[in-house]
Amino acid sequence: MIRRILATAGCEFRIALRNRWVSIAVALMGLFSLVLAAAGSAPTGGLGVDRLSVIVASLTSLGVYLVPLLALLMSFDAIAGEAERGTLPLLLTYPVARAEVLAGKMLAHLAVLALACGTGYGLAGVAALWSDPGAVAGLPALVRLFWTSVLLGATFIGAGYALSALSRRPSGAAGLAIGLWLGLVVLYDLGLLAAVVADNGGWFTLNAFPLALLANPADAFRLYNLAASEATAVAAGVAGASASIPPWQSLASVLLWPLLAMAFAVLGFRRVTP
Amino acid sequence: MTSTLTISGLTKQFAGVTALSDVTLSVAPGERVALLGHNGAGKSTMMKIILGLIPQTAGQVTVCGAAPGSAAARAQVAYLPENAAFHPALTGLEQMRHYLALRGEPATAALPLLEQVGLGAAARRRIGTYSKGMRQRVGLAQALIGSPRLLVLDEPTSGLDPVSRRDFYALLDGLAARGASILLSSHALTEVEARTDRILILSKGRLVAEGPLADLRRQAALPVALHVTPRAGAELDLPGAVAVGGVLHLTCAQDEKLALLARITAMGDAVADLEVLPPSLEDIYSHFSQRAGQ
Repeated sequence: MIRRILATAGCEFRIALRNRWVSIAVALMGLFSLVLAAAGSAPTGGLGVDRLSVIVASLTSLGVYLVPLLALLMSFDAIAGEAERGTLPLLLTYPVARAEVLAGKMLAHLAVLALACGTGYGLAGVAALWSDPGAVAGLPALVRLFWTSVLLGATFIGAGYALSALSRRPSGAAGLAIGLWLGLVVLYDLGLLAAVVADNGGWFTLNAFPLALLANPADAFRLYNLAASEATAVAAGVAGASASIPPWQSLASVLLWPLLAMAFAVLGFRRVTP
Repeated sequence: MTSTLTISGLTKQFAGVTALSDVTLSVAPGERVALLGHNGAGKSTMMKIILGLIPQTAGQVTVCGAAPGSAAARAQVAYLPENAAFHPALTGLEQMRHYLALRGEPATAALPLLEQVGLGAAARRRIGTYSKGMRQRVGLAQALIGSPRLLVLDEPTSGLDPVSRRDFYALLDGLAARGASILLSSHALTEVEARTDRILILSKGRLVAEGPLADLRRQAALPVALHVTPRAGAELDLPGAVAVGGVLHLTCAQDEKLALLARITAMGDAVADLEVLPPSLEDIYSHFSQRAGQ
């Protein structure tokens, strides 16, 4: 089983390399991280926090948009693309379980994402340390941001596979993926904010709002990173709620979502008849 | 020895349309069976059911003693799809190594397999640069991985040139000699004629004829054609013959053939040449498909 998964992962990684996904992802994360590292140095003095912790707070806000986007862009084609190219029927006659195929693809796509995040966050860390030796204090936050980003990526890669299985055409899968990204990453928070404002401190704000944040993997990722680091003070908007939600709850959400997404993907793929 | 493939009462319906209707057949080890039929006759549907890619509506299918699509069946069955497709960004060698790993075979077998199908020189080029015939050969190479007990080949020779076709059938003969069963579909009736042990004719989802070609020929009882070339200046007394460019064309029923031949040979020197043309597979195929109402 391990050999089949690794063989699939190797194959997919090679394809990602040739399709320039690796270079695109690495360049994108590197560029944005460096820009934030340069721009994020301004507010340090007044807050009494080290430079890296502030950069981590900015990188969290970047990651919450960029990591799901990269994950979905890499994964939406996984099943629909194979179906359209006509490679799926042959693959499914091989003695390999569908869950193994997905696990192999997941491994490869996660490796690309980890490489991109590692490069971007690494560059930002090096830039911060170079200009402020006290930034060492922010290193644990940076490491935490890295592995939670990989988990957030795993959630959206799994979701991308599920959408890919659902739509069976790459164009349809791409549309669904963009819709999911817009919905969960952009519109969800706006909707929550609107509801909180309308509710004006009532039942929704006190009871439903924290749960709604935990239910969204992107929000849980942001909450956990901001709550666990000392940088809550620089957080704004919905992320400001992180003070009221204990970190173990947001961590549980961050850890559970990848498993759920993968389960959806396997269920969706099992229903595909080539 | 038990059959490699057993199908009984197989029926498949798609949204009210019957693609296969009560098909029963079996394929023995080492047997090469050709599946003939028009487009839409149900050949590909039957293959997909045998491979476990789609479920049947009714009937039993047993592949190598297991249910179609089960891990045990998939480990022993090789498939060549009608239009073999692969990821264009991979090289032939990388694609073969992947398939070998999925079947638990050593990756070192990749190059010899590609060389066996004549792709040794192109093995390190991306499949995106391959011609249709070359992709078909990659498909064939992956079907040869391991020692499959059943090969399901959907139009395997489409896109291959005549020499490659001959090599391909030679490969199949080798596999069959080692006990592999082969089920292939084809439109190229003449090549199937010489290279398979048994022929199945599907028409509108029904199995309308089954057996070795000689048996089908007898069953169809199609007329035999004779071409007689008279010696220059000689007049032949052959009622019903039509002269085409100096050659007399005539037909007779199977059971009258020997009597007619005796009459022609009795004409002695007046006959310069004689050709006997048995009904071709094309004729037999249209006979059985038409009888089924095509």
